[in-house]
Amino acid sequence: MMYDIKLTISYDYARPAVQARHIACLMPPSIAGVQRLVAGLLTIDPHPDESTDRTDFFGNHVTEFAIRAPHSAISLLVQARVERLPPAPLPAQSTCLADLAQIMAALSDMGPDAPLHYTAASPRAPENAEMTAFARAQVQPSMTVAQAVIAVGSALHGQMTFDATATTVDTPAAEAFALRQGVCQDFSHIMIACLRGIGIPAGYVSGFLRTAPPLGKQRLEGADAMHAWVRAWCGPEVGWLEFDPTNNKCADMDHIIVAYGRDYSDVAPIKGTLRGSGRQKSRQAVDVIPLQSD
Amino acid sequence: MFKTAASVPASLFDSYQPLEGVPDELVDSTGAMRPAWAELIAHMSALSPEQMAEAVARGEQHLADAGVFFRNQGDKDLASRDWPFSAVPVLLPEAEWREIEAGLIQRADLLEQVVADLYGPNQLIAEGHLPARLIAENPEWLRPMVGVQPRGGHFLHFVAFEIGRGPDGRWWVLSDRTDAPSGAGFALENRVAAIQVFPELYERSKVHRLAAFFRAFRDGLDQMRENPAARGAILTPGPLTDTYYEQAYIARYLGLMLLEGEDLLVENGQLWLRTVSGLLPIDVLWRRMDGIWADPLELREESALGTPGLLAAVRQGSVTMVNALGVGVLETQALMAFLPAISKALTGSPLKLPNVATWWCGQPAELAHVRKHAHRMMVGPAMSTRMPYESQVRHAIGGQMRHGSGHPSDDADLHDWLTENARALMGKELVKLSTTPVYENGRLVPRPMTVRVFLARTATGWQAMPGGFARIGTGTDTTAISMRHGGTVADVWVVSDKPVDTVSLMPPTTGPFVRAQPDALPSRAADNLFWLGRYTERCEGLLRLMRAYHNRVDEAASAPLLGALSARLKTYGVDTDEPLPQGILATISAAVYSASQIRDRFSVDGWAALKDLEKSMTRISRNAHRGSDAAHVMSVMLRKIAGLSGLVHENMIRSTGWQFLTIGRSLERAAMTADLLSGVEDHSGGLDLAIEVGDSIMIHRQRYSVFTSRHSVIDLLALDESNPRSIHFHLNVIRKRVDALTVAPSGQISAFQRSVLATQTSLALQSVTTLDAQALKILHGQILDLSLGLNAAFMT
Repeated sequence: MMYDIKLTISYDYARPAVQARHIACLMPPSIAGVQRLVAGLLTIDPHPDESTDRTDFFGNHVTEFAIRAPHSAISLLVQARVERLPPAPLPAQSTCLADLAQIMAALSDMGPDAPLHYTAASPRAPENAEMTAFARAQVQPSMTVAQAVIAVGSALHGQMTFDATATTVDTPAAEAFALRQGVCQDFSHIMIACLRGIGIPAGYVSGFLRTAPPLGKQRLEGADAMHAWVRAWCGPEVGWLEFDPTNNKCADMDHIIVAYGRDYSDVAPIKGTLRGSGRQKSRQAVDVIPLQSD
Repeated sequence: MFKTAASVPASLFDSYQPLEGVPDELVDSTGAMRPAWAELIAHMSALSPEQMAEAVARGEQHLADAGVFFRNQGDKDLASRDWPFSAVPVLLPEAEWREIEAGLIQRADLLEQVVADLYGPNQLIAEGHLPARLIAENPEWLRPMVGVQPRGGHFLHFVAFEIGRGPDGRWWVLSDRTDAPSGAGFALENRVAAIQVFPELYERSKVHRLAAFFRAFRDGLDQMRENPAARGAILTPGPLTDTYYEQAYIARYLGLMLLEGEDLLVENGQLWLRTVSGLLPIDVLWRRMDGIWADPLELREESALGTPGLLAAVRQGSVTMVNALGVGVLETQALMAFLPAISKALTGSPLKLPNVATWWCGQPAELAHVRKHAHRMMVGPAMSTRMPYESQVRHAIGGQMRHGSGHPSDDADLHDWLTENARALMGKELVKLSTTPVYENGRLVPRPMTVRVFLARTATGWQAMPGGFARIGTGTDTTAISMRHGGTVADVWVVSDKPVDTVSLMPPTTGPFVRAQPDALPSRAADNLFWLGRYTERCEGLLRLMRAYHNRVDEAASAPLLGALSARLKTYGVDTDEPLPQGILATISAAVYSASQIRDRFSVDGWAALKDLEKSMTRISRNAHRGSDAAHVMSVMLRKIAGLSGLVHENMIRSTGWQFLTIGRSLERAAMTADLLSGVEDHSGGLDLAIEVGDSIMIHRQRYSVFTSRHSVIDLLALDESNPRSIHFHLNVIRKRVDALTVAPSGQISAFQRSVLATQTSLALQSVTTLDAQALKILHGQILDLSLGLNAAFMT
C-alpha cells in the first residue's frame, strides 16, 4: 500500500526562545521487507541556522538543527510518500517462552537491531515488579514467545482505558499503569516493561497510522497524531514482532514506522533544549492517505 | 636497617605495634623498619610532643587558610567540613614504586585497547572474551558514541587507579577510575600541607616532586590543541559536586579556565565559550563531569549540567575530550572479572598488577562459585562503577545482606537475590589491606590504607604521578569495606635513593619574560561577580539602615519615621522585628553563593573573609537584642564588611572580572540611595537618618551646618560627584567601567553605553530643586534597569 503522509508539529512559546537546538526524528526510513521511503522532505520554520542529517545508533533518520535568533514559535512539516509492504505471516513453529533465556544467553550480536539492546531497563521503561507480575500471570512456559507477546498486549488492552487527559508526555509508566489509563505512549511503555520483566526483549516503535479506515472498518485510536507501539523479539524464527497494544492488534499495513528505540527517550519526535522560554504549547496534525482505494 | 631505627632516641618506632598477620608499610615481615622510613621516623622521634603538635598544626592551618574542604556526597548545602589530614605521609621506596608504575601503565594501555574495541569493531565480544550483555545492558556504554573516533586517536588521557597491598605483600588494583577521575588536586594540597609539617626534612629528602608530572600533563593538553586561537579548559559539574574545591584548585594551578556546561555553546559543530567579549573557541576539554551528563540532547535528557550539541562537536572532531565520552564503561565493576584473560588475549602477557578477583554472576559456573564462597566476598551490582559498599544500593558483605545504607538487612535472602538477579550481580573477593602509621596522641598506630595513583598521557607516553592520595581507615579492621566510614587522608612520598629533580611548575627562566594575556571572562563568571558586588553592597546598605533603626527604636518621637523605615526594609525582605533579620543573612548567603560559583577567580583571602562574615552573622543573629545592643552588633558587622571590601578592592587585579564586581557594587549603592532619598522628607528625622545611613554626618557638618535641610542632603547624597556615598559618584563609576568593557568599532557607542550615559546625564542635569521625590523614584527605576541592560549586553 502506498501512502502520502503529511505531519505538522508546532510549538508556541510564552516567551521567545533563543539558542534552540533540537533533534527531530520524524522521517520514515526504508526497511527491507517492511516499508520503502519513496520521497521525503522535512521543512522547518523559522529556517534553521544550521542543520545536519544523519542516522542514529538504531538506524533512525534524525535531523539536528539550531535556531539561534529569538523566536516565539517553531513548526516542522514532514511530507513523505511511503510504500508499506504486507507483514510476513507468523511461522508455524517458533521458540517457546521456556527456551528463550537459553537462546538469549548465546547471543553476541551488538548490531543496531540486536535483541540484546532491548533487555535491560531503560529511562522511560524501568523495571517494575507489578508489571512483571501482571505479565507473568498472562503467560505459560509452553507458549511460543509470539503467543506470549500477544497475550500480554491483549491483556493490557483489556485492562487499560485510552484517555488522552489522564497522562502527559512525562508521566512515568508506573503511574499510568496504576491508573490503568493513558495514551499510546503509556500503553507501549507499560507493555515494554511487562515483556522485559519476563525476559522478552522489547522496544518502542514510533510511527503513523492510516488516518481514515478502509470502508466498513473502525477508525484506529491514535490516528490523529503520531502513534507508538511495541516490538518484541520472539526468537530466531519470528524475529521482531510488532504489536499495537492501544488497538489490540499486530502492526500491519495501517502502521508506518518512523523509528525504533528502547523507549520514547530514544525516538522522541522532537528533542530539544532552548534558553529563555517559559511555558510552551504544542500542536500536531497528521494525514496518512492511501494513494489507491482499498 | 634496624640500626638506623635503634640509634633514634626514644624512638616512635619502639612503641609502634603493627597488627598481627597484616602487612605494614613501616615494618617489614621480620619486624624491621623499612629503610625508606628511617629519616622520617628519626626526624619525628627527635621532636618533642609539643613540637610535633606544632608541626601537625602548621599543616592543618595551611589547609584551613587555603580553604581546602571536602563535601560529603548528598550534603544539601555548601557547608564544608575540615579536611581530615593525617600528617604522616605514606612512604614507598622508588624500586617498589617503579613496579607499581609499570603495572598501572600496562593497565592503562590495556583499558585504552578495550574501550577502542567497545566503541569500534567489538571483537572482544564477538570472540567471547567479554559477555555481550555486560556491555549491551550497561548504562555507561553510550550508544551515540559507537563508531565515533576520538580526535587525536586516544580515548584515555588521564586516569586514576585505587590500589591496596594485600596480605601476600603484593599490590592489587581495587578500582579503575577512567570517566572523570578526581583527587589529583587533593594530592597536590596534601603535598603542600605535608611540606608545612616537615619543611626542613622535605627540603633535604630524596622524595620525588610532583610538579614535573603536572607540567607534562599540561603540556600534553596544550599539544592536543589543533586550533591555535582556541583554549583548553576544565569542564566541571559545578559547585554542588563533592570535589568542586579540588577542581577549582587544579584549574588555578594549571592555569586553565574552569567552565560549566552552561558556559559552552555549540555552533556548526564547533565548541565555543560565551564570554563578555563574544565567543571564544574551545578545543580541549578536561572533563570532570561524568560522561552521561555531558549532553542533554543525546545522553541523559534530564541533565541540567551538560551542553546541548556537545556530541555533535565531538562527532565532528572539533574538540578533544580528556577523556573521551563513554569511557565510563571501563569502570564497570564486573569488567575486572574479564581483564586478566583479555590482557593475555590482546597483549600476550598477564597483568603485572593483579586486580581484585571478581566473578560475574551472569555465567552459571561463576554464579555457583559466588554462592559457595559468599562468606568471603562482597556481592553487588555488576554494572556499578563503584565498589558495592560505596554505592547506596543493596549489597552483601561476607554473606550478610545489607541495605544501601550499609546496615544489615534481615528481610532478604542472599541466595534468592542471586537467583533472581544473577545477570545484574557480581561477587568480589573481600580484600584485606595493609596498614600505615598514623600519629595519634603522641604515638604511631597502624591503620588500613589505600592509595589513589594518577596517570597522564604525555608526549612520551603514560606518566604516573610519583606519589598519590592515600585514604586511611579509622580503626584496625583491615578489610577494604572499613574505608566507607571515612577516616583521614595523607600524602604519599616516593623515596629515591638518589637526589631528585626539583622542578616547579614555573616555566624555565631562559628567554625574555612575557606577561601572560588573561583569557576572556566567561559570561557566567561575570554575572556572578556582578551579583557578588551587588549582594555585598546590599548587605552593607541593609545593615546601615538596621543600625539607624535600632539607634532610634526607644525614641517615641521617631515612631512614624521607623514605621516608614520598616515598610521600606520590608521591600528588601527584611523584617525589623528581628534584631538581626533573616533577610540580611539571606543576602550575605546569596553573596557567598555567587562567590562559590567562581572559586577559581576569587581570592582565597576574600573567600575566607566572606565565609567568616556569614558565620559571625549567623552566630550573632541568635543572641542580639533590640536597641543599642543590636545597633552595636550592626557596627561590628559593618566593620567586617569594610574589611572584606578593602581586601577585595585593594588586592584584586583590575581585570574584566573586577570591572563587573565594581559595577555591581556601585549600581546597588546608587539604587539604594535613590530609594532612600525618595522618601526622605516624609517624616520628621528622615533627613538626619539619610545623612547617618550615608555615613556623611561629618562632611555635612563641615560643608553646611549642624542642621540638615532637604537641599543640603540631596546635594551631598545625590548630586555631589566627589562623595563616594552619592548617586552621582556611582553613576560616574559605572560609566567609566562600562566604557572600559565595551569595545565598539570606530567611536560608536553600544546600546548599553547609551543607556548608562542617559541615566548619568539625566542626573547631572538635575538641581537640588528639581530632584524631588518623583524624580528620585524615576532615577531609581532607571538604575535598576541598567542591571537588565548589563545582562543583555554581556551575558547572553
